[in-house]
Amino acid sequence: MNYLPNILFAIALVIGIGYFVRNVQKLIRNIKLGKDVDVSDNKSQRLKNMINIALGQSKMVRRPVAGFLHVIVYVGFIIINIEVLEIIIDGLFGTHRVFSGIGSLYGVLIGSFEILAVLVLVSVIIFWVRRNIIKLKRFWNSEMTSWPKNDANYILYFEMVLMSLFLIMNATDASFQAMDSGNFISQYIAPWFSGLSENSLHLVERTAWWIHILGILVFLNYLYFSKHLHILLAFPNTYYASVKPKGQLDNLESVTKEVMLMMDPNADPFAAPEEADTDEAPEKFGASDVTDLNWTQLLSAYTCTECGRCTSSCPANLTGKKLSPRKIMMDTRDRLEEVGKNIDANKGEYKDDGKQLLGDYITKEELWACTTCNACVEECPVSISPLSIIMDMRRYLVMEESAAPTELNNMMTNIENNGAPWPYNQMDRLNWKDE
Amino acid sequence: MTVKTMAEYMAEGKQPEILFWVGSAGSYDDRAKKITKAFVKLLNAANIDFAVLGTEESCTGDAAKRAGNEFLFQMQAVTNIEILNAYEVKKIVTACPHSFNTLKNEYPSLGGNYEVLHHTQFLQQLIKEGKLKITNNSFKGKRITFHDPCYLGRANEVYEAPRELLKELGVELVEMKRNKRTALCCGAGGAQMFKEPEKGDKDVNVLRTEDALQTNPEVIATGCPYCNTMMTDGVKFKEKEADVQVLDVAELLASNQDL
Repeated sequence: MNYLPNILFAIALVIGIGYFVRNVQKLIRNIKLGKDVDVSDNKSQRLKNMINIALGQSKMVRRPVAGFLHVIVYVGFIIINIEVLEIIIDGLFGTHRVFSGIGSLYGVLIGSFEILAVLVLVSVIIFWVRRNIIKLKRFWNSEMTSWPKNDANYILYFEMVLMSLFLIMNATDASFQAMDSGNFISQYIAPWFSGLSENSLHLVERTAWWIHILGILVFLNYLYFSKHLHILLAFPNTYYASVKPKGQLDNLESVTKEVMLMMDPNADPFAAPEEADTDEAPEKFGASDVTDLNWTQLLSAYTCTECGRCTSSCPANLTGKKLSPRKIMMDTRDRLEEVGKNIDANKGEYKDDGKQLLGDYITKEELWACTTCNACVEECPVSISPLSIIMDMRRYLVMEESAAPTELNNMMTNIENNGAPWPYNQMDRLNWKDE
Repeated sequence: MTVKTMAEYMAEGKQPEILFWVGSAGSYDDRAKKITKAFVKLLNAANIDFAVLGTEESCTGDAAKRAGNEFLFQMQAVTNIEILNAYEVKKIVTACPHSFNTLKNEYPSLGGNYEVLHHTQFLQQLIKEGKLKITNNSFKGKRITFHDPCYLGRANEVYEAPRELLKELGVELVEMKRNKRTALCCGAGGAQMFKEPEKGDKDVNVLRTEDALQTNPEVIATGCPYCNTMMTDGVKFKEKEADVQVLDVAELLASNQDL
């Protein structure tokens, strides 16, 4: 018996999965470059969010057309992957359609896969048309050139090819067609190959089978480099996303310590800092680079699939300002990748490259254009908060660099001196009563 | 107009039912002061025991926090909390969604725990309990659209209270295309109120005013002093001030009370 195909298959599988695992490890390493944050609270609410938003796609369908098509592709992807299990067993053990032994249920399963494959194919083509022919505005913003634009199309081509191969594989499988059960769609494709000899037909079937499974392995490894990572990370991201009201910003604990000390009448203003503190560099306020962000923010940068719903609802972006919440997420991921590669190249240690997220990727102009209205957060189908990153960077600008716009400095001086953002006397605060 | 301070209540050895947090805009801004007074009229009409902090009130720190100045925010918060706790305040009502959000969500972890209501929520309760009655309703049947303040709507998911009040008035409530959770910001939040906008091709308040004008309203109602300013400016920019009024929900209610 010839074991060569089995061995080749096993090797492809090991390489494909091995490389993927390596990249997942790198992904986790990079995410852990972020600061620690306690997300151990509200477990049941978090689970509910994950089930509703990621598994149940509840926010996707708020835009009905894209949402409906996405649900088809999503359901198709999950269900058709049952077939991959059979392909792997067949490939490893040299069997052919090992599950066909289960009888009529097999026909039902494969039949439903075939129907889903066609639906996915149609949906993906519509997606492609929306992007490339109708040119929906959110797919053509300034950050959607070169790689981001190509990446989106590559994913669609991958899916088109994989679905077609699945159908061709079934159509050219003489024994499967002979079973005449579950070939709902492929029976109509089979006649296209009717002129072929039995051998050539078998060759086409084997080729489709091999390219299909190799394609899946390649696609798996493509994920790490693509916005398509959302198919995995949407789940942890919706779980770890904030469960607080959207209006609530965190109160910086490092600041609270300082403020409490300042307000404490018993504190000795001339006291030398305690011994233990002197070794530690004082904590930086806010974020100027990805390592100043917390790990859930970094996770969300990898989760972003660049759909642009955030940007298409952002008041700043809608009125022609430079700010695009999607770009904030894309920049964060790009910079994080850069830092990760730097660490890889320098034997596990980051060597200063003179760059940072602030300035080299995200400009002040973008940050100051935000109205903190939460439209982007509300829109995101996988619970990303671009706002939290914007806020952390503003904090750095103001508290570390004193680099707020002049008018804001005036406003803050007024609050400090008069307890109001305008230069009015605090003693006049109740004057309205008698006016 | 009867407005007592917490200090006066304390001197009498009494505790008011609620603290009305006026906020900086409500205290100093000429337009917002009218909203403050309208709300006070309603509170008086409903015989509510309320107090203000008066000169002891200070900015909540919302704008400072969102500008990125966490120090200043926490200084303001801790100072305000000290006063609120000294007066043993339990329940706060405010006509400013920014104060509402900050007091409700950001003060607790700094030691300030209160029940905080937006004035539209409180007014809705008063009407439900029969303490406040709608009489002489001149807005009945008028076409009114409601602009959701971000810090009331998306930030805290209060969408219905202001709309319920408008329904009580029997107005013809027309929704903008972008409403409730998809409502467009007026452009003032995140400390934008206090600075010039970045370069762009339009101001946010103009875009939002266009949303509102598309509904052909007689009144643009809102529930935030900053939204009020932005929408008023937007209406002026569109030269529609002769046809369209911008009013707070409290003003709509108060103008019907013969107060």
